[in-house]
Amino acid sequence: MYDVIIIGAGVSGAAAARELSRYRLKICVLEREEDVCCGTSKANSGIAHSGYDAEPGSLMAELNVKGSNMMGQLSKELDFPFKQTGSLTVCTTENGIAMLHKLRERGMKNGVEGLRILDREEALAMEPNLSDQVLAALYAPTSGIVCPFELNIAMAENAYNNGVEFKFDTEVKHIRKQEKGFVVETSKGDFETGCIVNAAGVYADVFHNMVSEKKLHITPRRGEYMLLDKSAGTHVNHTIFALPNKSGKGVLVTQTVHGNILIGPTATDLEDREETATTSEGMEEVSAKSRKTVKDIPLRKVITSFAGLRAIEDGMDFVIGEVEDAPGFIDCAGIASPGLTSSPAIGCMVADIVKEKLHPEVNPDFDPVRKGILDPSELSLEERNELIKRSPEYGNIICRCEMISEGEILDAIRRPLGAKSLDGVKRRTRAGMGRCQSGFCSPRTMEILSRELGISMEEITKTGGASRLIEGTNKKIAEEGENHE
Amino acid sequence: MEKRNLTCIGCPMGCALLVEMNGKEIVSVTGNTCKKGAEYAVKEVTDPTRIVTTTVRVKNGNMPVVSVKTAQDIPKGKIFDCVDALRDVCMEAPVQIGDVILENVAGTGVDIVATGNVKQIIQ
Amino acid sequence: MNDKIMVKRDIVIIGGGPAGLAAALAAKKEGAESILILERDKELGGILNQCIHNGFGLHTFQEELTGPEYAARFIRMVKEQQIEYRLNTMVMDISQDKVITAMSCQEGMYQIRAKAVILAMGCRERPRGALNIPGYRPAGIYSAGTAQRLVNMEGFMPGKKVVILGSGDIGLIMARRMTLEGAEVKAVAELMPYSGGLKRNIVQCLDDFGIPLKLSHTVVDIKGKERVEGITLAEVDENRRPIPGTEEFFECDTLLLSVGLIPENELSGQAGVKLSNVTSGPVVNESLETNVEGIFACGNVLHVHDLVDFVSEEAGNAGRNAALYINNNGEERIPEEIKITLSPQNGVRYTVPSEIRICHMAEEQLVRFRVGNVYKNCYIRAYLDGERIFSRKKQVAAPGEMEQIKLKKEQLLSILEGKQKQDKHELVIQVEE
Repeated sequence: MYDVIIIGAGVSGAAAARELSRYRLKICVLEREEDVCCGTSKANSGIAHSGYDAEPGSLMAELNVKGSNMMGQLSKELDFPFKQTGSLTVCTTENGIAMLHKLRERGMKNGVEGLRILDREEALAMEPNLSDQVLAALYAPTSGIVCPFELNIAMAENAYNNGVEFKFDTEVKHIRKQEKGFVVETSKGDFETGCIVNAAGVYADVFHNMVSEKKLHITPRRGEYMLLDKSAGTHVNHTIFALPNKSGKGVLVTQTVHGNILIGPTATDLEDREETATTSEGMEEVSAKSRKTVKDIPLRKVITSFAGLRAIEDGMDFVIGEVEDAPGFIDCAGIASPGLTSSPAIGCMVADIVKEKLHPEVNPDFDPVRKGILDPSELSLEERNELIKRSPEYGNIICRCEMISEGEILDAIRRPLGAKSLDGVKRRTRAGMGRCQSGFCSPRTMEILSRELGISMEEITKTGGASRLIEGTNKKIAEEGENHE
Repeated sequence: MEKRNLTCIGCPMGCALLVEMNGKEIVSVTGNTCKKGAEYAVKEVTDPTRIVTTTVRVKNGNMPVVSVKTAQDIPKGKIFDCVDALRDVCMEAPVQIGDVILENVAGTGVDIVATGNVKQIIQ
Repeated sequence: MNDKIMVKRDIVIIGGGPAGLAAALAAKKEGAESILILERDKELGGILNQCIHNGFGLHTFQEELTGPEYAARFIRMVKEQQIEYRLNTMVMDISQDKVITAMSCQEGMYQIRAKAVILAMGCRERPRGALNIPGYRPAGIYSAGTAQRLVNMEGFMPGKKVVILGSGDIGLIMARRMTLEGAEVKAVAELMPYSGGLKRNIVQCLDDFGIPLKLSHTVVDIKGKERVEGITLAEVDENRRPIPGTEEFFECDTLLLSVGLIPENELSGQAGVKLSNVTSGPVVNESLETNVEGIFACGNVLHVHDLVDFVSEEAGNAGRNAALYINNNGEERIPEEIKITLSPQNGVRYTVPSEIRICHMAEEQLVRFRVGNVYKNCYIRAYLDGERIFSRKKQVAAPGEMEQIKLKKEQLLSILEGKQKQDKHELVIQVEE
């Protein structure tokens, strides 16, 4: 019997888990995939939004600004990359200038600090590659960039270290209300719990609707992105937004925390909650729209493209709170943009609701600090030498694009909630995320995974489940009756 | 008269060859830019052969497999027989370039030889 | 000068593949004593070790060898010559003043001061992302070279049913390798109306096994969320856009990509070496020296070759020139040089070298280049300051096969002598139909 079961180990679930681990509660996170950060949390813009965009009074507005304010401190506690680089929201028409002023007012109402309207010259001085059509910009100095993987992973690891259980490859099939609490039926058996935190991303409405008559409806909205090589990394130094529209914040151009350039997303409403395929139309749209705000983007330096799904609830706001007709069932639904930014605040809000309900004792052993994977590139030559003397595996470069050593990969595998797959290693270390896109390092990383996890190469997956990478050995793969003649 | 178009593989030039045949008799070869081309054309229509390169397993080596080849070319029709004959071959390390892996593969009279070096790992 | 740097060598060669090995041998032969090869892999030989097919060495050794055999001959010579090399060593940085920062498990991170550096890092494969192929991102999408390593060096088969995009040589070679090891290769698709690979590879790797080569085709969809379940190919029009209605679905578990090689020049960039937009390799003069004095380049890091024999030859030149540079060090460089700029035009995409300093030129100078399209019954011609100095009829010239011409110093001089004294001369190389 758990006190709290959290469905979903994305950024919301992980944030809730971490905040709840401050209390003496028996908590378990159930995750359908093999790792944390496998859904919406892994495929987004990686922006810590300042918060001028959300409707004043909305939950989005409140939690965005709170989350944004928490991010700096949190990044220190949990050791994940976060940079406050500032953003420019640009307009390319005369009408747009009025819109910029409206956004600024809205932002001030939401409590965003430092917002300033810049004319073309001022904007160009900050960002020389703005397109020729740009007339003015709204500068938001508190906007930042964050590594979405590391934020998610860091919160989950810290929760785990503070006593939260995680069950992976565990898909929730059904939820039964009981007199007291719930039974959660999963692919790995049934679990009883007092409370449920529903942080299931694009599936949050499905679980909500299992226990409540007041239905939710979530639309998966696909966003396609393109990532450019680090050699293009200084094409912009801030996050460049277009004016927001009905379907979101539009196509942005931003530096990432690791020094790449990211452009996207599109916004396509879908029915299928698994449709994360990219499309040629989508990529064309990203190229075309990004050109409206930033000129000469070196698109031949694109190293990968990807798509993610935002969970858009019909009410267009976050849905966070205990469900009226299902006491103990706490929604954390409709966490679309600015969900990543808001996640620290979402975690606190969920924890407060649970605290109200269960009046738990404080966990005296709670440790807010998590140490991330060592980044040897930040060390001096002497320090690095010392490191390699102590742990020679830090002298063995596995990913030559990102210069990631075996030491970092071993850490990623061995640490709590460690990596079990190629993508798991990639999200934790960036090995395979560079310009050759794992062409060189994947066989080597697979060997390390095989050795460390004690499984055969045939069992290594790209990202869990049936995503096996090897189909057999030489001359021994043909199935019966499949021999060539 | 039968005509066959071939691409010469004697060198990277890849000359487009035309072989005219009267039954089994070769009447003419055109399109070649060197003597080798004509020889290749004649051989390719009468007795096509290939060098086969593949791998075999190695035990106790610093590599799990070693690359091998047919020491000479073998009839094109025997390629798969040759590979099949190597399916369950497993060498013991060390293996050195030129080591005979399998004699007279698939009855071709040609040996399979190692083309790579694998060091022995003492466990 | 930073005297804390303990390791000093005359010539440091970055990369122990075919280019690095040949450069080292040639430098040694030219009299260089203090040579060091830095290799990131656990053995010398580079990519040759995974190229187990035959066809190497016809020019160098007058016999047909496999990749590992070709490499082994050079490795043996390097060992016989007692040329120093360090394995499992990653070069992290090269500075403009030729200080190399390297790292290995055994030696940690350390710096080497070199008098000359030879860049011989080779190339890498273009990934899927560079092509913007739409669809999911499942397991089972490999670059052909990654698959080649898995199959040939580790004995693992990445798939059972395979579609290959791109008809570069590695793609063609892998079509045969996968087939021989028991996989079914359903098709090789090529975006262009011609193959980027050598003709003999099309014959021996595809035709021999009845594998269809679909020219002017590309991948328009990847099916499968966890593992590849199928690939949709479509024909493309002359603008390389897919033609609706031509889609064909292939059930398969693997997509191999052989869509181009990119010289691996991140280190060169750090050293301030100027790179060509066409080749992505350094811009070099007749000595294969980059814009940074004393930094030379050769092999696939300079421009992607199709024959290793030519890599060895080119690298030999780089090694010799590096040794000459060391020997002449301290002597004054000739200040007023007559320079000839090579200008690739009309169908010729680039030339290596891109500049010839007459006083440094040997009696014969090899110029290598690629054409940008398939030309039949054309002429390759060269003009110095407008005067034709070279003409050769070609039955076919294609982007997949590197071209070369030899320039004779005597001939160039005779033309230049008749001119008014000027510093700048232009040598045009072009295709004429």
